[in-house]
Amino acid sequence: MRTRFLELSVGAFIVMGVIALVMMALRVSGISAQGAGETYKIQAYFENLGGLTERAKVSMSGVTIGRVTGIELDTEDYVAVVEMEIYKSVDTLTTDTSAAILTAGLLGEKYIGLTVGADDEYLQEGDVIEDTQSALVLEELIGQFLFSQAEE
Amino acid sequence: MVNQLQQLGRAGLERLQSLGRAGTFLVGSVGWGGPGSAGFRDLITQIYSIGVRSLSIILVAGFFVGMVLGLQGYTILSDFGSEAALGTMVSLTLLRELGPVMTALLFAGRAGSALTAEIGLMKATEQLSAMEMMGVDPLKRVITPRIWGGFIAMPILALLFSLVGIWGGAYVGIQMLGVDEGAYWGNMQASVEFYDDVIKGLIKSLVFGLVVTWIAVYQGYDSIPTSEGISKATTQTVVVASLSVLGLDFVLTAIMLGGV
Repeated sequence: MRTRFLELSVGAFIVMGVIALVMMALRVSGISAQGAGETYKIQAYFENLGGLTERAKVSMSGVTIGRVTGIELDTEDYVAVVEMEIYKSVDTLTTDTSAAILTAGLLGEKYIGLTVGADDEYLQEGDVIEDTQSALVLEELIGQFLFSQAEE
Repeated sequence: MVNQLQQLGRAGLERLQSLGRAGTFLVGSVGWGGPGSAGFRDLITQIYSIGVRSLSIILVAGFFVGMVLGLQGYTILSDFGSEAALGTMVSLTLLRELGPVMTALLFAGRAGSALTAEIGLMKATEQLSAMEMMGVDPLKRVITPRIWGGFIAMPILALLFSLVGIWGGAYVGIQMLGVDEGAYWGNMQASVEFYDDVIKGLIKSLVFGLVVTWIAVYQGYDSIPTSEGISKATTQTVVVASLSVLGLDFVLTAIMLGGV
């Protein structure tokens, strides 16, 4: 009876550890159960990312519809190439959709905001968003402001 | 003057010799055998007395630490108008630092001192010598299951500590201070990485588990077999184990963050 209790409680202890690890994965670090088959990839070229990172959100009207999966520099045109995964459930993004790098709050993290256009055709796997707007970089803004002040 | 120098040298040599004994002790007891070499029944008994019995103190401490983090974090973050980052702050603090470290410190006090006293008393009552007389290796029979027990129990305890702490922070932040529930969990999920934060914290607690149990059983095994010697060894366990955990934590963090 005594050893039975001992083994049961140790078993429960180890099961608790496994459950805690799974909870950490799902609830805390937010690894979603969605498989790779449920998204499609599109690209966008930006002149300046201004602190956008991988795994950043891609949202439309404030609703998250995907994630940034890769950031590279195009060494021919010297622009940033951002690859993002969009959920399959949102497969009606028009080809003239525009992308902008926005900031959540004043000090928050950068994310990509998509605004839908009016075209008839939809973006497919591997398509490129043409109409993009770079991140606002404070130094550049101040520079432009001072420059225009000096001209007056 | 020469006398003092001699004393200093002798103390240094004794430390070095003790470290060497501790090293051969670890290799002799654990070797390269894996947890199976400890014997299943003994291992279960040790995980029970080291892990399961520590559960209550770990869970209660974790909940309160999480609550305090929630309260302190809220006060600091609300100065910058970013209470929404509370979940991120609480979870990263717990997963990366406080979970492994606090668990190891509590573990050293709760389970480590008990291990030292138990083995010290075994030595004082000559149970260990009796085993040797019977041809049973006391290292394998007594020490091995205890070290493996601590090694297995510590990461589970640290995970539970962090998990309960995150719930504690959520309770204070959401129920008492009015942080948005979606922001708490959402920002946490956006910034906590499974490998970088959860797994690296787990690696820390594995190292701490080995080091704390090793120090505890070694202090007991090496103690002077009198009541005074055992009490000294128990104190020594808590002091040495706590300092080792804090020192190692810096080294491990530096390696993991790659900053140094």
